[in-house]
Amino acid sequence: MSNSVTATATATTPVDTTTHTRGWWRGGVSPFNVSYGKLMMWIFLLSDTFTFCALLVSYGSTRFSEPYWPDPNHVFDKFFFLEGDLPLVSVSLMTFILIVSSVTMVLAVHAGHKMRRKETAKWMVFTIIGGLLFLGCQAFEWADLIMEKGVTTAHNMLGPIVNGHPTPGPGTFGAFFFLITGFHGCHVFSGVVLNVVILINILKGTYDKRGHYEMVEKVGLYWHFVDLVWVYVFTCFYLL
Amino acid sequence: MENTQAIEAQHVGEDTEGRDPIVKSLMRVFWILLAVTVFEIALAFLHYFTHFPPRALLNAVFIVLTIVKAFYIIGEFMHLRHELKTLIWTFLIPLSLLVWAIIAFLWDGNSWQQMRDHERRVIEPTTQWQKAAEVNH
Repeated sequence: MSNSVTATATATTPVDTTTHTRGWWRGGVSPFNVSYGKLMMWIFLLSDTFTFCALLVSYGSTRFSEPYWPDPNHVFDKFFFLEGDLPLVSVSLMTFILIVSSVTMVLAVHAGHKMRRKETAKWMVFTIIGGLLFLGCQAFEWADLIMEKGVTTAHNMLGPIVNGHPTPGPGTFGAFFFLITGFHGCHVFSGVVLNVVILINILKGTYDKRGHYEMVEKVGLYWHFVDLVWVYVFTCFYLL
Repeated sequence: MENTQAIEAQHVGEDTEGRDPIVKSLMRVFWILLAVTVFEIALAFLHYFTHFPPRALLNAVFIVLTIVKAFYIIGEFMHLRHELKTLIWTFLIPLSLLVWAIIAFLWDGNSWQQMRDHERRVIEPTTQWQKAAEVNH
């Protein structure tokens, strides 16, 4: 482990000033100029992008094939304990929380660049709190859908109102909603766990000993990706 | 590249608090993301109460704004905009496959709906009529 760390540290320090004289394809030049760990995180995120896209595209495909689809404004109309006609309010709060936690994460990465242990730890704590708040909001939303509106992965009563009575809506609505937001929530949860691990290491001074805070950067990439996926889930499920 | 140099310069010359140019640019991205999101929600509410922007136009605006947000998150927060071009293209070129996937599968879903619609309006009544004719025989 320590071997690879020193290797990456020495690999990244001499910035490829020779690029212009030697050219890209003659060897001896780092083609990406990022460390192994960061490159692998990027590749993982690319594969995860395809997973999420497959889910969202199948959702879109099914939605296009149905003659009726529940109006999101009438499905997600509750804000915690407040009853009734409040579309988008709760999900706007969730989006705000995730954007803010993304900013605190990027500030943690920046503080890590400057090797400021306490400042990095402070921003990591804010990021973790943001993640937990988001998960709490999502739990409320799921509880409302499952307990109050009776949405399951196979059945719901969100169809068109006929003679004042709700009718069954497309059964796939619940399946896609719970699968995709659940998969995203799972990512947020594992992101929080990773953030806690990194925070413990920051407080223990592991990265000061190592000489760089690159782990914060790697987990930061993951966290921003989770935010990015939410941007798409938000658009696909609540706006369109 | 310029950013890392700037960071090193700060690290050496211990910057004065609150005047960090990188933090300033990050906060700018935050305000852009927040403004775009607020604008999206405002549009959604406008449509909800007045039905003013037609649904198709509204959806197009939402998709464009989502891509704008993705650009800022990937480019600035994930720092991809400041990486080497080889890295940028390595991750952007595979994503172009998704353009095909989205078009193909939405097209597919749409044709399914048309088939179901056709079945409901044309085939089912015909078979019912044929069954009725057979019974009458």
